[in-house]
Amino acid sequence: MSLLELEKLSIRYGNTTVVDNLGFTVGEGESVGLVGESGSGKSQTALAILGLSPRGAQVSGNIRFAGSDLAELSQRELDKLRARRIGIAFQDPSQALNPYLRVGRQLREILVRHGIAKGKDADRQVMAMLERVGLPDTERQFMAYPHQLSGGMRQRVMLASALIAQPDLLIADEPTTALDVTVQAQILDLLEEIRDNTALLLITHDLGIVAGHCERMLVLERGRLVDAGATTALFASPGHAHTRALLAAAPRIDTSDIPDAVHGKSILGVESATVSYEERGSRRLHAVSDVDLSLHVGETLAIVGESGSGKSSLVSAILGLVPMESGCVVYAGSELNGPVERRGKRQARELQLIFQDPIGALNPQMRVRSLVGEPLVVHETQLSSRQRLGRVTEALEQVGLDAGYLERFPHELSGGQAQRVAIARALILRPNVLVCDEAVAALDGSVRQQVLSLLRQVQDETGLAIIFISHDLAVVRSISHRVLVMYMGRFVEVAENDALFRHPRHPYTRALIEAVPVPDPLVPPRKAPLQGEVPSLLKPPPGCVFHPRCPLASDVCRQSCPGARDIDGTRVACHHAD
Amino acid sequence: MLRYTLLRLLGAIPTLLLVIVLAFLMVHAAPGGPFDAERALPADVEANIARAYHLDEPLPQQFLRYLSGLLQGDLGPSFRYRDYTVNELIGAAFPLSLKLGAMAMALALVLGVSAGTAAALRQNSTLDRVVMAFAMTGISIPVFVVAPILVLFLAVKLQWLPAGWSSTTSASRLVLPVITLALPQIAYIARLTRASMIDVLSRDFIRTARAQGLGTMTVVRLHALKPAMLPVLSYMGPAIAAILTGSVVVEEIFGIPGLGQFFVRAAGNRDYTLVLGIVVFYATLIVLLNLVVDILYGVIDPRVRQR
Amino acid sequence: MSLLGNPTVRVSGGIVLFIALVALLGPFLSPNDYLSTNFDELLSPPSFDGARFFGTDDLGRDLFVRTMLGIRVTLVVAIVASFVSLVIGVAYGAIAGFVGGRVDAAMMRVVDTLYALPFIFFVILLMVVFERNLLLIFVAIGAVNWLDMARIVRGQTLSLREREFVAAARLMGVSPARIVFRHIAPNLIGIVVVYVTLTIPQAILVESFLSFLGLGVQEPQTSLGALVDAGVNQMEGASWTLLIPGGLLALILMCFNFLGDGLRDVFDARHVS
Repeated sequence: MSLLELEKLSIRYGNTTVVDNLGFTVGEGESVGLVGESGSGKSQTALAILGLSPRGAQVSGNIRFAGSDLAELSQRELDKLRARRIGIAFQDPSQALNPYLRVGRQLREILVRHGIAKGKDADRQVMAMLERVGLPDTERQFMAYPHQLSGGMRQRVMLASALIAQPDLLIADEPTTALDVTVQAQILDLLEEIRDNTALLLITHDLGIVAGHCERMLVLERGRLVDAGATTALFASPGHAHTRALLAAAPRIDTSDIPDAVHGKSILGVESATVSYEERGSRRLHAVSDVDLSLHVGETLAIVGESGSGKSSLVSAILGLVPMESGCVVYAGSELNGPVERRGKRQARELQLIFQDPIGALNPQMRVRSLVGEPLVVHETQLSSRQRLGRVTEALEQVGLDAGYLERFPHELSGGQAQRVAIARALILRPNVLVCDEAVAALDGSVRQQVLSLLRQVQDETGLAIIFISHDLAVVRSISHRVLVMYMGRFVEVAENDALFRHPRHPYTRALIEAVPVPDPLVPPRKAPLQGEVPSLLKPPPGCVFHPRCPLASDVCRQSCPGARDIDGTRVACHHAD
Repeated sequence: MLRYTLLRLLGAIPTLLLVIVLAFLMVHAAPGGPFDAERALPADVEANIARAYHLDEPLPQQFLRYLSGLLQGDLGPSFRYRDYTVNELIGAAFPLSLKLGAMAMALALVLGVSAGTAAALRQNSTLDRVVMAFAMTGISIPVFVVAPILVLFLAVKLQWLPAGWSSTTSASRLVLPVITLALPQIAYIARLTRASMIDVLSRDFIRTARAQGLGTMTVVRLHALKPAMLPVLSYMGPAIAAILTGSVVVEEIFGIPGLGQFFVRAAGNRDYTLVLGIVVFYATLIVLLNLVVDILYGVIDPRVRQR
Repeated sequence: MSLLGNPTVRVSGGIVLFIALVALLGPFLSPNDYLSTNFDELLSPPSFDGARFFGTDDLGRDLFVRTMLGIRVTLVVAIVASFVSLVIGVAYGAIAGFVGGRVDAAMMRVVDTLYALPFIFFVILLMVVFERNLLLIFVAIGAVNWLDMARIVRGQTLSLREREFVAAARLMGVSPARIVFRHIAPNLIGIVVVYVTLTIPQAILVESFLSFLGLGVQEPQTSLGALVDAGVNQMEGASWTLLIPGGLLALILMCFNFLGDGLRDVFDARHVS
């Protein structure tokens, strides 16, 4: 008998249907992946299973758990089912754990309310659970508030809370989306390790995670189940066009389809850039320390690293949005100094930036025509308003938007459309350098592919040089010519795309690459290559900042900071690289 | 936590000093002295009085004298009630105002928080609408309109409660003043609680708690109440000030011999030392209570403490 | 503009406009004036005879005309005072928020300090110490109410300044002046409108509170607060002298509060969608 059985589940908000006639089962001890893009209804389904649909949702159909129909249960019976029979771990543990309560208290209350344990016994069970999810020094973590823990630790606590009452089914809703890739690998390992015989319903947009961790998978498209079956079978021969599209849009880090090397002349150079911010209590936080960079005409240079690596601070300083403490930027033979306001019209015309959040980068009070036209108003004052409109329409066409979008406000655009508008605005002055700061991170697979190919096309046509900041190594592999890796504001390694991914010289680069899940069930998932998390930038470790997590660390690493060396065309900062 | 408390304590000092300077200057900039209004005094008598009250000294010196008195808890003599010091006058009138204010505040908190929470839990229900309609009325009708209307209907027409202070000595004479004083605060706190509770209940960690099967009561009590109370706590400073202000009106209307009534009389009498004393006293009270609120905030929100 | 699509805004705004219109025109249309006493008609109840819609007071003066004049004074004081607080608050808050850093910290420290002062007592002190006049009332109320506005505008400016569309404009070479007027100011208007609407009832409250204590507008001039004060003395025999001005005062305050709430809903909804 199936543990969980959904039949004709539909969820509506007014006239909008978010889940449509959905049916599937999860057997005891089975692991099932629920896959889809944003808005496909996967999280809505999870909430409906627990009877937690938001106010205003009309839920119809049957949800049966271990034989009983959840719609027929009283609130009290439903409460008994939660945590004890069905546990759930949510996406962002910094929001999903109560910031006002100690971690131990939040876990303890589950045991007490469900009558599983009380008093000292409950405390003991909580500590044991914290130890199982890999939290060191459990007595201290018991008394900690969530904000005192790192992101990975918080997700461990989240998993502990989902599993502490030993449920039969664990629902994990995008459990690693808010985490860095090396920490994601740790959490996925942990999930496998502590799950035992608990059935798993894993909700994710990442096909790599499904491939490595689920026996069966279900594919949702706009609330409908379009494909279901064994993971290996579906990956080998997807039944539905949408599954095929999802698979095609999932970038693979082990692909060999990468851009050919280009050999343009240098257009932008940065030497020993250092950026620091003043923190409370007059401490200085060194976001970027002594990083060099060069960019050539017609090439895409990717900058990769986990949170706190300083990649965004580096480009903000290059562009003059934040002050550079030391170092210099040379653009097309002349030096760029000071804040962007004092750099003159040339930079404003020739260097452009695209942000991660496309809606946030557009003034909510302006229409698309004024948004895209603003650079012209500032820089090409000789244009008549009709000429300007012509240029705006042209720029919109270039990014695949017709004139119907001219009068729209940003909130009337989808994420992908807004990012196209931002790109049209960035390209309207025909710049030489385009900086993309996580520009596709907020977009779904298929839209992301479209935006990436748009960028590639513009580059082919105009010789645009692109700095592409990303935390997603699979995307970087598919789009960049050269890759620069950073860790805690320090330079790690820079090399041609193929050289870096095939022969990473730095242990951190190697770990980053290994940690990326491959969307192929035939490639067995690898164990997390790194333990621990990125230390605080306020207290960087002495010597090589990577040494506390490095498998190769030796005495010299603890004492001295490695300088950059050239080895076979790769530049790397590691004592042990060869 | 200790560091946080000490920092707050230090931060209160400039505020207090500013209050004292402002009030002192304002009073001393007043055209005409306190003794002008009566009959013209002979010049030497006036000089004697001025000397007795140190009015002949330069202003900075007077200020320092006043300040050093304050540090010893001495607010100086009253200009009008010549046999009393300001300390004695405040000491006589304040306990009654304190009793009134404390009761009103307690009533406002209990009723406001429970009504607001109930409304939030049943958003858009009839109960919610009734509570919110009442609250909107409550924040809109000024104390000096509510008070006489209540007196007119409950005391004069229906004769359920005594109308004035002196008409009885039973505890029932407190009922109308306390309700009047509390009414706008009940309304405001109910609105605040409802809005903040609805906001908190929509957060992710509440969904987590519900997913853990803790039951509505536990979810509200353990998880939602603390964060939902933070805006209410922040409002305590303004609420205390509002109750002090309201007490001026309420004491006037009900004829209660508290500090508020005293203040209005002293202001009318141009008894500058007394007015100055009461302003400084009230300001200190408000600053200190704000300090308590700040510290409580740190107790509830662990993230604030670290700063 | 969906301003008029919101029923709260429509109804409460409509009532306020209607009251203001009647207050403006009523005294011209009434056969009575606000000063002349009539000792044959002391405390006569409301009636249509002789257009005594609101009755007369203890001096036989026509309460309809007096109330309308009171509403005029109350509204003018409140609107002028709100304007004062608007100008000071927006300028102060916008400068603090836009300049940021130490300037902002120092400016906000001043606001925090002023916040802790028992303002109403200072206002009373001010009224007692100096000769009372309307101008002083405007200034006093405006000086009390600008703090909220400054805090809100500063917070909003600060967060707008950090928004990516401002960074995008800087990178495009848009001048600081154009950033302020084209990118920041339009995004401030909504919240400023809401808070001005909510400042008006607060100013009305302070003014009527002072007038009630006999520290505000002086006879023969009047305001709603002064009328309530007079009404309290007559309420046992002539309850209309209290209930009519008191009720109108409450109605006006309620309408402004509803209007503020409604406007906030409208602007919030725009930000969400």
